[in-house]
Amino acid sequence: MALNRIEQTAKSIVLTVQDYSLFAWRAFMNLYSEPRYWADYLIQADIIGVGSTAIVLLSGFFTGGVLALQSAATLSQFGATAVTGQFVSITMIRELGPVLSGIMVAGRNASSMASELGSMVVTEQIDAMRALGVDPMRKLVTPRIFACISMLFFLTIVADAFGIVGGGAVTVFLNHQNGTQYFSKAWESLRYPDIIQGLVKPLFSGYIIASVGCFYGLRTTGGTQGVGRSTIQAVVNSSVLIILVDFLLTRVLLAFFPPL
Amino acid sequence: MTAPIASGPPESARPDPALSGLRTAADQVPVVAFSDVSIAFAGPPVLSDITFSLAPGETRILLGPAGVGKSVLLKLANGLLRPDQGSIRLFGQEITAMPERDLFPLRTRIGMVFQEGALFDSLTVRNNVAYQLIQEHVGDEEIDVRVREALTFVGLEETFSMFPSSLSGGMRRRVAIARAFINHPDFLLYDSPTGGLDPVTSTTIIELIVKERDVHHTPSLLVTHRLQDAFTLCSHRFDIEQGRMVPLPKGQTDHTTTFMMLEEGRLIFDGSLHDLIHSQNPFVQEFLE
Repeated sequence: MALNRIEQTAKSIVLTVQDYSLFAWRAFMNLYSEPRYWADYLIQADIIGVGSTAIVLLSGFFTGGVLALQSAATLSQFGATAVTGQFVSITMIRELGPVLSGIMVAGRNASSMASELGSMVVTEQIDAMRALGVDPMRKLVTPRIFACISMLFFLTIVADAFGIVGGGAVTVFLNHQNGTQYFSKAWESLRYPDIIQGLVKPLFSGYIIASVGCFYGLRTTGGTQGVGRSTIQAVVNSSVLIILVDFLLTRVLLAFFPPL
Repeated sequence: MTAPIASGPPESARPDPALSGLRTAADQVPVVAFSDVSIAFAGPPVLSDITFSLAPGETRILLGPAGVGKSVLLKLANGLLRPDQGSIRLFGQEITAMPERDLFPLRTRIGMVFQEGALFDSLTVRNNVAYQLIQEHVGDEEIDVRVREALTFVGLEETFSMFPSSLSGGMRRRVAIARAFINHPDFLLYDSPTGGLDPVTSTTIIELIVKERDVHHTPSLLVTHRLQDAFTLCSHRFDIEQGRMVPLPKGQTDHTTTFMMLEEGRLIFDGSLHDLIHSQNPFVQEFLE
């Protein structure tokens, strides 16, 4: 009995992974053939990009501030408070900026995509769209994926910038250290590989957020309760995948750009 | 015990000249033809060995209790669902294994009215009705003219700029009908168009269906579990001069309108109103009573 349940669960997981892979591949390849819905891309870019700016900006600012607070306490034991700027900028740009922006945008947009598409499924709007001769994958999924990829790229830059500013604010106003030293260290210590590492990650995270959100939205069953379930699955799975892929990417990128 | 399934309406049911037109049409390629179609969703079959065809100009009413697979049959007809076995030919083309991308152009020739209307919440009535035209990049001015025309057809010109959330259930259903009619489809599918509506609104909807049938002669497949609607469709015609639905003379029925009935996923009846009323099948008799 228990074995049966394990077998069924394993099969269901494998089937979900297979369905998701096919779904994500099809959504990506749709960009290379007509019809393309550029107007929908712009609408989604506005919803995802402009709509998420405030939360990404605030989370970036306060994460930078916390980093400066925590690191200053430790660095002062070694008389190295001067490198706070270097610590904050590298940590934000290489790791925390991309991951935090990804998770914030996943919480806001993967949930909204799953619930919006899920509601459309249960009210037969997706079937109506197909019956009217329009492919929901092209019309709804592909624009969201490419809007999410491109907007998360810029949102990560915003998070990085405001993280460094947040760290600077704490350094100057709370730690009472020299601001010029903080910002010059933050700038001098940066190398191109750090920036490349930080800006490759949001491309993958953006793809994960939109594809997982749309995937769970479009496979919604079971009415309004099903919409809630899809929303939870979309947020949880996209957040976990972002962290997992971040780990794998870091491992690969460190092989290409070894630390000095 | 089930009555034998008639392959089409018998001679006795079609005594007038309208019959000859329909029979000539029946000799042409059927609009849709099911052959031994079965489908199941993680359980017992929802539909089993369904075989029928719909001739050009014909209106087929699909009767049966709730949950018997009527909506599933309708979604199979335009490829929204795929059968597990059997074959479906739409406009003469085999669609059973047709890739989805090839189905989209075929579906643009079909109008479908969903059970609850299935209007897009985020779009205005104008954009809902014009959805297909917008995808075809028709000019805004022409869209406005055609949308107003379609809304006038269903008597809802004043809803042009409104959102579906501000419409009543009956109005939403009529907007859905306008959306299905706007591109002058070659085939119409109605999924319980009067389900859950009050008798007055139901009659308004049935009048629109009769109007489309008698004015444009569009072949259609209509799902309902309301006998009253089915009989109204059969016993009325649309009078263009009076601009309203009028009853046919006593004893006459519309011979382009025929019936099918499902019981537990099986087609147990396919024939005219006359055959339906005189069917010896106990389930049909019980349903009619």
